[in-house]
Amino acid sequence: MASIGISGVRKSYAQFPVLHGVDLEIADGEFVVLVGPSGCGKSTLLRMIAGLEDITEGDISIAGTRVNDLDPKDRDIAMVFQSYALYPHMNVAGNMSYSLRLRRTAKDKIAGIVTAAARKLGLDPLMERRPRALSGGQRQRVAMGRAIVRQPKAFLFDEPLSNLDARLREQMRGEIKKLHQDLGATSIYVTHDQIEAMTLADRIVAMNAGLIQQVGTPLELYDRPANLFVAGFIGSPGMNVLTGRYEGQTADIARLVLDHGPAIPLGRAYPLTDGTPVSLGIRPEHLELSPAGGAGLAARIELVEPTGFGTILHLVTPGTSSIALKGFTLDRAAAGASREVSLGFPPERLHLFVEEKRVEPAS
Amino acid sequence: MRRKRLLPTALHRLAILAYIAFALFPLYWLLKVSVTPNDLLYSEGVRLWPSHMTLDHFAFVLKHSDFPRFFQNSLIVSGSTAAIVTALASTSGYALSRFEFRAKYLIVALMLLTQMFPLVMLVAPIFKMLTPLKLTNSLAGLTLVYVAFNVPFATFLMQSFFDGIPKDLEEAAMIDGATRFKAFRQIILPLTLPGIAATLGFVFTAAWSELLFSLMLISGNQSATFPVGLLSFVSKFSVDFGQMMAAGVLALIPACLFFLLIQRYLVQGLTAGAVKG
Amino acid sequence: MSALAPDPRFVSQAPGPGQRSPFLRRLAHASEPWLYSAPALILIVAVMLVPLVLGISYAFRDVRLLNPFSGGYVGLQHFHELARDKAFWGALKNTLWWTGASVFLQFFLGLFLALLLDKPFYGRGIAQALCFLPWAVPSFLSGLNWAWLFNPVVGPLPHWMVSLGLMSQPENILSDPTLAMWGPIIANVWWGIPFFAITLLAALQSIPRDLYEAAAIDGAGGVQRFFSITLPFLAPTIAITVLLRTVWISNFADLIVVMTSGGPANRTQIVASYIFTQAFKKLDFGYASAVALVLLVLLLAYSMLIVLLRQSLLKKG
Ligand SMILES: Nc1ncnc2c1ncn2[C@@H]1O[C@H](COP(=O)(O)OP(=O)(O)OP(=O)(O)O)[C@@H](O)[C@H]1O
Ligand SMILES: [Mg+2]
Repeated sequence: MASIGISGVRKSYAQFPVLHGVDLEIADGEFVVLVGPSGCGKSTLLRMIAGLEDITEGDISIAGTRVNDLDPKDRDIAMVFQSYALYPHMNVAGNMSYSLRLRRTAKDKIAGIVTAAARKLGLDPLMERRPRALSGGQRQRVAMGRAIVRQPKAFLFDEPLSNLDARLREQMRGEIKKLHQDLGATSIYVTHDQIEAMTLADRIVAMNAGLIQQVGTPLELYDRPANLFVAGFIGSPGMNVLTGRYEGQTADIARLVLDHGPAIPLGRAYPLTDGTPVSLGIRPEHLELSPAGGAGLAARIELVEPTGFGTILHLVTPGTSSIALKGFTLDRAAAGASREVSLGFPPERLHLFVEEKRVEPAS
Repeated sequence: MRRKRLLPTALHRLAILAYIAFALFPLYWLLKVSVTPNDLLYSEGVRLWPSHMTLDHFAFVLKHSDFPRFFQNSLIVSGSTAAIVTALASTSGYALSRFEFRAKYLIVALMLLTQMFPLVMLVAPIFKMLTPLKLTNSLAGLTLVYVAFNVPFATFLMQSFFDGIPKDLEEAAMIDGATRFKAFRQIILPLTLPGIAATLGFVFTAAWSELLFSLMLISGNQSATFPVGLLSFVSKFSVDFGQMMAAGVLALIPACLFFLLIQRYLVQGLTAGAVKG
Repeated sequence: MSALAPDPRFVSQAPGPGQRSPFLRRLAHASEPWLYSAPALILIVAVMLVPLVLGISYAFRDVRLLNPFSGGYVGLQHFHELARDKAFWGALKNTLWWTGASVFLQFFLGLFLALLLDKPFYGRGIAQALCFLPWAVPSFLSGLNWAWLFNPVVGPLPHWMVSLGLMSQPENILSDPTLAMWGPIIANVWWGIPFFAITLLAALQSIPRDLYEAAAIDGAGGVQRFFSITLPFLAPTIAITVLLRTVWISNFADLIVVMTSGGPANRTQIVASYIFTQAFKKLDFGYASAVALVLLVLLLAYSMLIVLLRQSLLKKG
């Protein structure tokens, strides 16, 4: 187990820059999840930590030692690939023991370690099989087994569950979490799946276009997104964003005047001058629906999408410059009751962004 | 509907049969003459099968001629060419498949060039170069030349096989603790075995068929390869048709065996740079 | 030695376990692709590139194997000779004829064979193997084999031609100056059809089947489907294989050397076989190299022409 330090890391392929300076400290035993849109450089960062890509600039250290100039084999990390990358010509036992055999571990010791790992992952009856003869979930387990037998300094996962169906993914997610609790190994985990990120992570690292946007616990990212990107990326359905100008210097009159539209009271004062262009964010589940004619913003329900658990509502404000919003409610009756509603914006649920960046209310 | 389809189907099958007949006829004739007794060859004229057959020609070729030695020489040259080329091409093909380096396109261009220019140009200079090295009239010299001629094509072929193996595998091995070369040997090569077999087959057939350089570089009977031996036999004893064709049938055997080996990979082989077509 | 204290300069730089100094590692890293490709490259340079350059220099020298005093520079003398050499001009003409006829027949018959084999039918695997078998026959053997077939003593072809009324008495066409070229061409076509058939069949099988179904639903007949789907899809493969094959066949001398050695009266001599004859029979390496240089320049010009043609087509398209 070890900490991992990444400081000022940049990466270019030929002249084309991919990572523009990444700083990140990962504590011993921490489970960090990297999220971000496709192509933002998550895999690249992970592969640089593994030693599979050269580091164009900056330093990466594992357990306090700079590893820039170490080959992957000398970094003592394990990686689980999206494709699993199981060796097709070796059986499950062979796959799991390969790293130990490379290190010339004694035969009986290897047998002991592999058996223990196999038991932990429920692979015992499959040890003689070739990867070809395994199901997706079983292959995934073998890949995990191959990583844990060595007790490496850190685990790297690159979208390890994305080839599984939804049910299996949920199950494996649980197992990974349990495994991490058992082993307490430092882990870096790349995923597209929000739920995976939220449930597994000690801390989430949100990336976009080769830059880290925010680092924090899952709930920090959910509750206090640092910028519009994180706000839009975390949460499903995504956060509603309205644009307008800020007005009012005290809590009781502070409001957002929407472009060509009504104003929304903010309930709190922000350290902004009047007329500052701002973006207002509110999550669908935080919009308050009440019957038409209430105090809020008038809107019409355009479309209802029941998900079983709750209902997603597509809302449109009336008028020429109508705004589309999404709402989410657990109250099935409310969704069906009326087409015309009034929307409330509870002040403590609002997020304000100026030039993409979060602004906190003046205290 | 079925009625209407019957005629085109029959025509289709007929056309295929006709082509097969065209493709096999020369080989069939080779076989036929090789088992026809000499007296019948002239007396019976054009007949599809002789009234009785004999294996005398084969017996003579195997017992009283130099052909077994030619055969052996060809086998040595083609076999070692195939083995060496495949070994070289598996590393160079791997380099082209896995590494991005500046000179890569230069290397590819060089290798493509060697596939385009007339090799017959090199007959004279290679002869001149090999003479002082005592490599003319030697199987080693011939093998050296064949190896160089076949490496570019085999490199492209092996590259196409490596391209079909995910990079993840050796990366996983390298993370597991292997050096790149170890990952190459223990993980990638075993997975490329079919490709290696196909490359061996392609190079073997190419070396087995090569004519011009073996004519130029080899003179005595001692180290003559099969084509050289057969051609000198033809020009010396051009009346012993039965024996010549028996020898021809023998030359066909390894070619056919290797054809079976590479059948599945013909497309890949031909697109990799056209060894002999 | 053990009495000596370790030199501090080395101690401070001593890399840790598994760690090499950054410089060495970078060097190892940069040289890795070269280590993998060096053996192949060295061979190619030594056995192909060096002789190529040497051969070009021979074109301007008097290099005759049997004359120990040869070797001096003669400037453009070979090329002056070449300009007056009827056999060379004949060979040039024969090369066009040989290449054109071979490529044309190989391509159309190969395309036809590929279309035949593209349809699924019972026993396709074995039929395919038999159709492609001629490709595996060593070229010298196919040459000899066809030479024997044309030989009235052992071959049936002359007799059949007489029965068909194409010939008045069984003769060997390989010794008839007007017909001799057909001998190697037929052998070449027989031997080379599989090449085109295999490449075209692969291209045919990569055409998505649902395109044909969509076209059939739209009411396109078989011929229409061929011209509106099959042909456009095959076009790039056809262009590339035909162009490369043209170069290859124009260099392909084996069949001619085996079947006619250029005769009768140089009527089947192509440039490639002429080069070989000059080097192999006359042992005049200088002159052979001069001819080879001309062939090389012609082939280069042809390749350039194709590249230019492609460029202008791309611009239009
Ligand atoms: N070998 C390479 N050469 C050039 N560019 C590359 C190479 N590998 C990746 N890139 C580029 O680097 C960027 C980041 O790629 P990376 O694979 O890290 O994205 P990612 O965040 O993992 O995306 P995904 O979620 O789709 O896996 C992409 O724009 C990609 O095109
Ligand atoms: Mg990725």
